[in-house]
Amino acid sequence: MYVAVKGGEVAIDAAHRLLARARRGDGTVAEVSLAQIEGQLSLAADRVMGEASLYDRTLAALAIKQARGDLVEAIFLLRAYRTTLPRLAASEPVDTGTMRIRRRISAAFKDLPGGQVLGPTFDYTHRLLDFALAAEGGAPAGEATPEAPDPVAPCPRVAGFLNKEGLIEPAAAPEPGAVPDITRAPLDYPADRRTRLQALARGDEGYLLALAYSTQRGYANNHPFAGEIRTGKVDVEIVPEELGFPVCIGEIDLTECEMINQFVGGPDRPAQFTRGYGLAFGEQERKSMAMALVDRALRADELGEPRTAPAQDEEFVLAHCDNVEASGFVQHLKLPHYVDFQSELDVIRRIRAAAASKREAAE
Amino acid sequence: MSRQDDDSPKARQAWIRVLAKAAPAELAAEWAALPSRPAYSFLRRPETGLAMIRGRIGGDGSAFNLGEASATRAAIRLDGTETMGFGFVLGRDARHAELAAAFDALLQTGAAAAHAAVARLDNARRAREAAESRRIAASKVDFFAMTRE
Repeated sequence: MYVAVKGGEVAIDAAHRLLARARRGDGTVAEVSLAQIEGQLSLAADRVMGEASLYDRTLAALAIKQARGDLVEAIFLLRAYRTTLPRLAASEPVDTGTMRIRRRISAAFKDLPGGQVLGPTFDYTHRLLDFALAAEGGAPAGEATPEAPDPVAPCPRVAGFLNKEGLIEPAAAPEPGAVPDITRAPLDYPADRRTRLQALARGDEGYLLALAYSTQRGYANNHPFAGEIRTGKVDVEIVPEELGFPVCIGEIDLTECEMINQFVGGPDRPAQFTRGYGLAFGEQERKSMAMALVDRALRADELGEPRTAPAQDEEFVLAHCDNVEASGFVQHLKLPHYVDFQSELDVIRRIRAAAASKREAAE
Repeated sequence: MSRQDDDSPKARQAWIRVLAKAAPAELAAEWAALPSRPAYSFLRRPETGLAMIRGRIGGDGSAFNLGEASATRAAIRLDGTETMGFGFVLGRDARHAELAAAFDALLQTGAAAAHAAVARLDNARRAREAAESRRIAASKVDFFAMTRE
């Protein structure tokens, strides 16, 4: 138990000034701007938006700057800011099938309508440090980017064509009732898939990546293919009460991953592919892939699979995936626990004294 | 955008989309360039809050809550009329929401200059999107499976 302490105002104030100084770094070096972070460290901003569960690139950039680049701290800052704003609306479900494609690949199908579009990917780079980037002031990025004669063709979702043969599970019938929201009602187990996806969407990338990796290594039998990964922009629509029809309020970047997994079937289900789903703000490919693998592992009960591995344990996965909660609870151990510790010291001393007197009595 | 469609939701949906997607600076420039700018009063002053973004399981299943986005709304009425304008845009730019609402009202009155402004904003955005999409399309790839011997 934590017992409050007081005092230390002067030291705390000095510590905060030191923090500001450390944040600024060498004063002879130009200060980093939010536009630079948004534009040049955009994947950091995307991760912060995703795990803070608040889509706002400029605020994510501000949080990254304030947190000295500590992304988990930045996520905490942005999550805290989120609580100061009222909820004005809930969107219509976004249509990722009409995404304006920035990247779209399938590891399962070579030839697919719309084609494989690599986009700005790290894939197929050699992962050698590029010292040209160390020399600043080079040509503006994208100046020499080639253009194809035509824009990217419409890209229907891959699961759609497997569905035509019945080889992949169709979407389940829409769940009745209001869409569950973990920001309004605490997580309750067992959680339905909608709730799990909301929790995973804001879950820590590193944690989900490790769990996803564990499923590939045999902790939950899972043989996945990246059926489709797509990144790009989708329109966001709401239905305002005063208008009564849907209107577009802007567009956001999303990354979507559909994993398809072998499923041998059972007495009342034919053998077919099943699906795991990942969706994340911005360009978060690794996150959305990990999310899709974990989503599929968490469907063990629904698909009649034995639950043997951590990634299949809903409560274990969901209760620990939020890095704001996790880092808060781990880091609270730094706060003064003097009263607590004093009482435990007393207990240890008493146990030892009792043991010593018992020994003496025995001798 | 034909004039007789001005009252149908479809035409209004189309211009609301253009206004919401316009860069705030572009929108402000178009407003400033109008030959006459009507006076209006706020029905709702610009207010920033959150819109919960929803996705669908598998892209085609049940809706779920993905996460929130910052959003700003405003509503105005053209002075001396009953024409109301609606503004609701992603982000925290109060002026963007206000001008979207002002344009929405003006467009409902059939003001030709406002319709021309929306057409310009729409064309500019489409051109930018098409150019970006052509750059993306240059990375389209054909993989050849090697034949096993």
